[in-house]
Amino acid sequence: MSKILNIISLWALPVLLLWILIAGMIKKVPIYEEFTDGAKDGFKVAVNIIPYLVAIIVGISMLRASGAIDMLAQILTPILTKIHFPADVLPLTIVRSLSGSAALGVFSDIANSLGPDNYATKLAAVMVGSSETTFYVLAVYFGAVKISKYRYSLFVGLLADLIGIIAAIFVCQWLFA
Amino acid sequence: MNYIFGFLIIISIIAGALNGRLQEVVNAVMDGAELSVKVAFSLIGIMAFWLGMMKIAQKSGIINWISKILKPITKILFNEIPSNSPAVGDIAMNFTANAFGLSNAATPFGIKAMEELQKENKNKKSASNSMCLFLGMNTAGFQLIPTTVLAVLVSIGYKNPTEIIAPTLIVTSIAFLSAIVLSKIFQKFYPAQNIESGAENE
Repeated sequence: MSKILNIISLWALPVLLLWILIAGMIKKVPIYEEFTDGAKDGFKVAVNIIPYLVAIIVGISMLRASGAIDMLAQILTPILTKIHFPADVLPLTIVRSLSGSAALGVFSDIANSLGPDNYATKLAAVMVGSSETTFYVLAVYFGAVKISKYRYSLFVGLLADLIGIIAAIFVCQWLFA
Repeated sequence: MNYIFGFLIIISIIAGALNGRLQEVVNAVMDGAELSVKVAFSLIGIMAFWLGMMKIAQKSGIINWISKILKPITKILFNEIPSNSPAVGDIAMNFTANAFGLSNAATPFGIKAMEELQKENKNKKSASNSMCLFLGMNTAGFQLIPTTVLAVLVSIGYKNPTEIIAPTLIVTSIAFLSAIVLSKIFQKFYPAQNIESGAENE
């Protein structure tokens, strides 16, 4: 099982590239010219995103530096220990929607300090693996097309994150506890 | 978003002052601004690469083919865009790349899809229902194999790291499906046409 999965993740990208290029050659598409023509937009898209990324990343960096997340974690800890939720994982539930690199950092920290046999490591692994950084996706995708009114989408993203956290707790208790 | 942006900064300053971490908060402004430009610029190369590949895939009919396969699903989900819209193919490619953990490729595909959805959008500043749904699907981060997490588990000597795959898949599917259902429910409460009157602030 794990061997098959490793093969899939190793070959996913090469297969996609081969497929695109061979199909292009068979259909006699001028692949070099089409490639460079499409690639031209790379710079423009990246530059369009900058203002949106600055707003989100600066805001989140400030929040993380201020210690507000730890304060919230402290307030919530007594409630969560009652439902057998490991306190070590709590910062992850908050950080997960805000910053991908921070979430991975918190997860590595939990994994390295608590070790492979700890329930918290397993729960953290499932939580990190099952989510995408909502704020980052929002800034990049909407920033690229200069949308500034997000309507309900941030709310939906965060609510889906919350449902994911609850689901992770139930599934992990069922499988690993 | 106006409230959230303001709230983030105000809370940070207040909490920073309470915790005696005001200096760190000030430094975070500089670091954060620098980091965002780094993130954007680090995207240029990979974005250019996949946008180029995407162009070949488009010309050789691959995208058309994938969108035909996924049409029964996309037709129900994205019922507000014409079924022959190029957005359908880009959405399909984005989903496929995400599922296989190719997030480097998924982002350019996703941005391409957003650009196509923007063409169908009546109010260029405000997200359409289809755009909100597509974003929701991406924030849930549906992925078959969580490669980065597996790498960390292997590095700490986890005996059977692949046991994490099944629960992760269950959880990510639940989050993914709820993002779709929630988007479909919420679009009824936030009608798109009211946004131009300024009644909206999210």
